[in-house]
Amino acid sequence: MAVVAHAAPFARAERFEASPAASDPPIVKWTIIGISLVFFATFLLLPLLAVFAEAFRKGWQAYIHAVVEPDTLASIRLTLLAAAVAVPLNVIFGIAAAWTISKHDFRGKQFLITLIDLPFSVSPVIAGLIYILVFGAQGWLGPWLAAHDIKIVFAVPGILLATIFVTVPFVARELIPLMQSQGRDEEEAALVLGASGWQTFTHVTLPNIKWGLLYGVILCNARAMGEFGAVSVVSGHIRGSTNTMPLQVEILYNEYNFAAAFAVASLLALLAIVTLVLKTFVEWRAGIQTHEPEAP
Amino acid sequence: MTAKVRRVLPGFGLSMGITISYLSLIVLIPLSAVFIKSATLGWTDFWHVATTPRVVASYRLSFGASLIAAAINVVFGLLLAWSLVRYNFPGRRVVDALVDLPFALPTAVAGIALTAIYAPNGWLGAFLAKFGIKVAFTPLGVLIALIFIGVPFVVRTVQPVLEDLDIEFEEAAASLGASRLQTIIKVVLPALAPALLTGFALAFARAVGEYGSVIFIAGNLPMISEITPLIIITKLEQYDYPGATAVAAVMLAVSFVLLLLINALQAWTARSSARLR
Repeated sequence: MAVVAHAAPFARAERFEASPAASDPPIVKWTIIGISLVFFATFLLLPLLAVFAEAFRKGWQAYIHAVVEPDTLASIRLTLLAAAVAVPLNVIFGIAAAWTISKHDFRGKQFLITLIDLPFSVSPVIAGLIYILVFGAQGWLGPWLAAHDIKIVFAVPGILLATIFVTVPFVARELIPLMQSQGRDEEEAALVLGASGWQTFTHVTLPNIKWGLLYGVILCNARAMGEFGAVSVVSGHIRGSTNTMPLQVEILYNEYNFAAAFAVASLLALLAIVTLVLKTFVEWRAGIQTHEPEAP
Repeated sequence: MTAKVRRVLPGFGLSMGITISYLSLIVLIPLSAVFIKSATLGWTDFWHVATTPRVVASYRLSFGASLIAAAINVVFGLLLAWSLVRYNFPGRRVVDALVDLPFALPTAVAGIALTAIYAPNGWLGAFLAKFGIKVAFTPLGVLIALIFIGVPFVVRTVQPVLEDLDIEFEEAAASLGASRLQTIIKVVLPALAPALLTGFALAFARAVGEYGSVIFIAGNLPMISEITPLIIITKLEQYDYPGATAVAAVMLAVSFVLLLLINALQAWTARSSARLR
C-alpha cells in the first residue's frame, strides 16, 4: 500500500519559523529534530549503510567475484525480465483504468478504485499462494496444464504473474487522482476541433500526465525488481533458472555466504537509491509545473 | 430533473474492458480461489486448522507486533514529519527523500541489513548485548523490522496535512492567550488526528502481511517468533495446501476489513483537512 505522497515545496518551513505564534523555542526545535534524526538514522540510514559495509567487507575483488557468478547473473536477467513484463502491462492497465475512471461517469466508481488498490492490502505470501491454487498441480487448472505439459508455478511464468499482481496498483493510483483533477475540458475541446480519440489521447492527455506516469513507472519498477515474498512462494528456488535477485540474496545468505549475499543486495540497494533520486527529481519537475501560471 | 449521463469522450468501452478483464484475470479470480478452496474444507476443519496453538501464537505475534510497531511509528513519524515541515535544518532534503526508503528497498535486503545490525556482533546488537538485550532472532527483532517498513506510511500521511494546516489557527490560539503547548494539544493535534489514525492503519495493515524484512531477523521459532505469513509458507512447503489456504483466508478477511477501514479514514482525513484549509 503506497501512500500517494508528493514532497511539498521546500519554502514552507521559513513561513512557520517566521511567525512568533507558530515557531518553537530553539531548545524544543532542536530536541524534536534530534529525536527525529536519531530515529531516522537508526531505522533508515543504518540499514542502508550496513548493506554496503557488509558487501565490501572482503574487498572489491570478492565483491566483483560474487556479482559475476553465473547464478547471480541469471538472477539479474530474470529480475530484469520480470520488470520488463510487469511494468509495461501495468502501464497499459493504469492508463486504461485512469481513463475510465477520470473521463467517464458510471456507477460503482469508488468500488472499482478500491478493487485496484486491493493488491496493496494482500500479504505478498498470499499473492504467491493464489497462483499455486489456480495453476499448481492440485490447483484448478493443474491437471489441464499437466496434460499439455505447460508449467506455470515453480517456473518463470509464475514469477512473472506474481510480480504483475503485486505491482498492479502503482501506475493506476498515480494517474487516477491526477487525471481526475485535470478534468475533461481539454480532451472535449480537442474532439470538438476534430481530433480523433487516439489523437486526443496522444496529443492532449499524454503530455498532461507524463510526469505522473513516469512517477508511477519508477515506483512500479522498483517493486517489480525488489519483490520477494510473492515470487518466493511461486519460484521453486531453482538456481540459475527461477531465482530473481532478491531470492538469490536469500539463498546466498542461508548458505552463510554473507559477503556474496550482501554484494547482490547492494545492487538492489543501489536500485533503491536511484529510484529515490529519480522520484525526487520527478516530484521537483512536477512541482515546478504546477507552479507555472495557468494560461488564461 | 434527471441528469442524463452524456459520454462525450470516446474509449469508455475499450478502457473499461481492459480494466475489468485485467483486474479479474490477475487479481479477482485468483484471490477468490482462497475462499473457494477454504469453503471446500468445511467449517469444523477450517476452524480447527485456523486455530491450532501454533497458528494462534503466530496471529498474536503478527498482530501484536504490528500494533506496537504502528504505534511507535505514529509517535516518531509525527516528530519526523513535524521536523520536515516546520523546521529548517541541514540535510533536510536528504532526510525527506530517504523517508521513502522502505518503499524502494527490496524487503529481503532490508531483512538481512537489519539482521546484520542487530545480530549479537552487529553495530547496534553488540551495544545492546552489553545491557543483556537480544534483538535479532527474538520477537523484538520482528518489531524492529515492522517499524522499519511502517515509517513512510505515517510520515507521508501526516506531512501533507501539516503543510496545509493554516498558520492562522495557531496565531489565533496564541492571540487568545493559549500557551504554545496548549495550542499544540488543543489545536494542532486534533487537526492531525485523522491523518495520524490513517497512517497508523496503513502501517498496521502493511506490517500484518509483511514477510521479507521479518523472516531473516525473526529467528522463526514456532510459538515464539513465527509470523503468520511464514506459517502459510511452511504449510505450503509441507504440501498442506488446505491448511495454508485456511490461514490465508483468515489473513485476507482481516486485510479486507482493514482496507475498508482505511478507505473510511482517508475520506475523513480529506474532509477534515479541506475544512481546515
